[in-house]
Amino acid sequence: MSVSETESVAEIKARNKELINEVLAVYPEKTAKRRAKHLNVHEAGKSDCGVKSNLKSIPGVMTIRGCAYAGSKGVVWGPIKDMIHISHGPVGCGQYSWAARRNYYIGTTGVDTFVTMQFTSDFQEKDIVFGGDKKLAKIMDEIQELFPLNNGISVQSECPIGLIGDDIEAVSKAKSKEYGGKTIVPVRCEGFRGVSQSLGHHVANDAIRDWVFDKADPNGPAGFEATPYDVAIIGDYNIGGDAWSSRILLEEMGLRVIAQWSGDGTLAELEATPKAKLNVLHCYRSMNYISRHMEEKYGIPWCEYNFFGPSKIAESLRRIASYFDDKIKEGAERVIAKYQALMDAVIAKYRPRLEGKTVMLFVGGLRPRHVIGAYEDLGMEVVGTGYEFGHNDDYQRTAQHYVKDGTLIYDDVTGYEFEKFVERIQPDLVGSGIKEKYVFQKMGVPFRQMHSWDYSGPYHGYDGFAIFARDMDMAINAPVWKMAKAPWKAAPKPTLLAAE
Amino acid sequence: MTQNAEHVLDHLELFRGPEYQQMLANKRALFENQRDPAEVERVREWAKTPEYREKNFAREALTVNPAKACQPLGAVFAAVGFEGTIPFVHGSQGCVAYYRSHFSRHFKEPSSCVSSSMTEDAAVFGGLNNMIDGLANTYSMYKPKMISVSTTCMAEVIGDDLNAFIKTAKEKGSVPAEYDVPFAHTPAFVGSHVTGYDNVMKGILEHFWDGKAGTAPKLERQPNGKINFIGGFDGYTVGNLREIKRIFGLMGVDYTILGDNSDVWDTPTDGEFRMYDGGTTLEETAAAVHAKATLSMQEYCTEKTLGLIAAHGQEVAAFNHPVGVAGTDRFLMEVARLAGVEIPQSLEMERGRLVDAIADSSAHIHGKKFAIYGDPDLCLGLAAFLLELGAEPTHVLATNGNKAWAEKVQAVFNSSPFGKNCHVYPGKDLWHMRSLLFTEPVDFLIGNTYGKYLERDTGTPLIRIGFPIFDRHHHHRYPVWGYQGGLNVLVWILDKIFDEIDKASNVPSKTDYSFDIIR
Repeated sequence: MSVSETESVAEIKARNKELINEVLAVYPEKTAKRRAKHLNVHEAGKSDCGVKSNLKSIPGVMTIRGCAYAGSKGVVWGPIKDMIHISHGPVGCGQYSWAARRNYYIGTTGVDTFVTMQFTSDFQEKDIVFGGDKKLAKIMDEIQELFPLNNGISVQSECPIGLIGDDIEAVSKAKSKEYGGKTIVPVRCEGFRGVSQSLGHHVANDAIRDWVFDKADPNGPAGFEATPYDVAIIGDYNIGGDAWSSRILLEEMGLRVIAQWSGDGTLAELEATPKAKLNVLHCYRSMNYISRHMEEKYGIPWCEYNFFGPSKIAESLRRIASYFDDKIKEGAERVIAKYQALMDAVIAKYRPRLEGKTVMLFVGGLRPRHVIGAYEDLGMEVVGTGYEFGHNDDYQRTAQHYVKDGTLIYDDVTGYEFEKFVERIQPDLVGSGIKEKYVFQKMGVPFRQMHSWDYSGPYHGYDGFAIFARDMDMAINAPVWKMAKAPWKAAPKPTLLAAE
Repeated sequence: MTQNAEHVLDHLELFRGPEYQQMLANKRALFENQRDPAEVERVREWAKTPEYREKNFAREALTVNPAKACQPLGAVFAAVGFEGTIPFVHGSQGCVAYYRSHFSRHFKEPSSCVSSSMTEDAAVFGGLNNMIDGLANTYSMYKPKMISVSTTCMAEVIGDDLNAFIKTAKEKGSVPAEYDVPFAHTPAFVGSHVTGYDNVMKGILEHFWDGKAGTAPKLERQPNGKINFIGGFDGYTVGNLREIKRIFGLMGVDYTILGDNSDVWDTPTDGEFRMYDGGTTLEETAAAVHAKATLSMQEYCTEKTLGLIAAHGQEVAAFNHPVGVAGTDRFLMEVARLAGVEIPQSLEMERGRLVDAIADSSAHIHGKKFAIYGDPDLCLGLAAFLLELGAEPTHVLATNGNKAWAEKVQAVFNSSPFGKNCHVYPGKDLWHMRSLLFTEPVDFLIGNTYGKYLERDTGTPLIRIGFPIFDRHHHHRYPVWGYQGGLNVLVWILDKIFDEIDKASNVPSKTDYSFDIIR
């Protein structure tokens, strides 16, 4: 049981502040000064969380962050299923990110879809010395020959590409022309660019703008008749099927989803998106850029939503419906009502087992805030949270809509800080990534991976919430956590009470 | 099929319900601009033909589904085998996130490693400041006994000089002057993860033996009777190194394991997170120069390292990941010879039990065809074992295998009548293997987790042996070396064979006459 339950908010704040000072003490002075700006205790009523963000990680501290390539290939582009994404550079990047994010899709892999394959130019020393453009051109020819049903190619740059001065844009243009205007997208997502995955998302968004939207014929016919209810799902990567358990709700309320960005998505869906009446945006961090662009260029409004947990789902369905007529508004109410019984049953089953349990989060994208409502629906409390690669607008949204007074906030947390925070706060559950999972489980703290859903999911939507509740319960209430201490070690210490 | 609080359906079942199936069908038909299913079927079938295989093998530039990783991964693997050591990777930070994830997914363990987090400014001006700040931070935060520096491709492309940088960092007070910061350049565009292992192992030994980058006197070798042992990059390092210690204990060998990561990747869940655990002590590492000889279990992981050791006057011997009876025999005889000890009766009994197990089961393996892929040494070890089981290692493929390796594999084929129709494929990838499995089918495939795609597409049952294994748990805790290890490999192969026989004979009233309870 968490210590925080027995304390007042003032005590919690004081404890958290002390804790921040404690972890800062380990750093050399210069580093302590820099890290201090990323750690804070949330004050209710403030417009943001009072931390700096989207700044360079400090060398040697064990940041949890990845790189721009991870943001582009791993997040935005990789899930586009009918295109071939070349990891351009040495073999490692593509190897470590190969099929690791569980972007579900339907298709015949290796024939008309390619998500769980690793295409790489496998750079050798000679490619570094003489440049890799000729090799890239040849790779595209070989792709055309061996994978004739691919609908497009993207070039995901790894670090060396930008350093050796390769002109992947020229190669892409020439090959696109040679193949009759085929979509070939060069992406400048070299890992050293920017401070985290975040720049990779932005670069990837811009590449869609420049190499997909701007190449498409704006007056060209869509493959379908437009309706007033056409929407696109933006920023759902279909991890464990998340986009599917979201799409079904939008369709049940009467909307028509014409595109998924980018989980289980296709090039045709990207191209058709400017025909949408509304873009609904789940992961604001990774795809706000393209949403803003479509608003400016095509006049498509966009609307953020949150499909974690029944409270936020209902709120979001109503917000999305507010952009449409009564038919859709009624549709939203109908959907909410339809799933009410399921939600009541899930909460009746799991809330008693989870009530009052505390959670600490450290994730990327939208999850450090978006999942808070789902935990609260189960009677749980998030006592600490932070973003791997958030910006200030993420922390504003977090402060204004999600976290409670006194919540510990840690931006780009270091391995050391996270370990110390958890050790001291003793939450009932930690939600973070694979690199963190085993650290906390060794400490005897229940853990769920909140990037991959620990190989479960989906967690989005009403169907997903049932799985979320089941999984949190099985993490926290697993018998294993009672066995961490050997019984001969756990025996109560000889007490002095008797003598008193 | 609808969601239900009493029996919660997750991705395995949820999407098979009619409402989702209808939704996905509509998506495909209306919005995906899907290919004509007949055309998809045509291409799918075409990819199974000899014609496609020919085009596939004519590839010169594209790599698809390679069975290798980059040098820096091997660098981290080697570094964590030393006591209290944290690997410090100089370059872009995303790489380190990848190595840590990769190891954690395989070992189901924490994997600690830091980056110097170089970005655009470092690309222009070099990463010296990142080294200076990074070493200082790592040293104060994680209190390592040693920081082992290696590089990513970024640092290599811009030409950062580790020796000079570390020297400067020490002058600036990042770490004490006498503090151990061995280093190795590990460019991702040269070799593979096994090369990175070799470079770091060599770098660490060079550091301790050859005067710590000019800051200490070189060690004078005073030969003793000890034996050094190097395991190489090995997904079974936890089980294997413990087995080697047990065997050496039985034999009475006075030994040092260089790069012992068997504890740090197998720590208990008892309430404490151990960032460091076990490992070769720094004293042992330095003293290893005096050993009589060094044994490497994987030749291709230690080519440079063994050169360095031999140049210090030690006898060196390299094996190719020996699996099975004859491989283990040769290994033990070499250990016995070098250490001047006898192979004890207890090991002879273990040998006899492995031979017994093979005799009991070989009828089920004899004549079966296998495809193997993996690291060069592992392929050699497994191929030799299959041959002694009377099986045929029909296709042996290593993406990071070279011509010399291929010749070695061919020599293994030539040593047995069962190797007659077997072929070796150096430098090829798993898309090549896919063509091989379609055009020259085999009974079983041995490889890592990525082999499951080949199993799905070609129907060849996969026996998971290799690295990484992400989708089965805990096999890395079992040895594959020694006679005990051979027994484990034998059992894994047999389990799959029997499962397949059962699967092929379980249709009531059609095939289940063969659904025997005794096999």
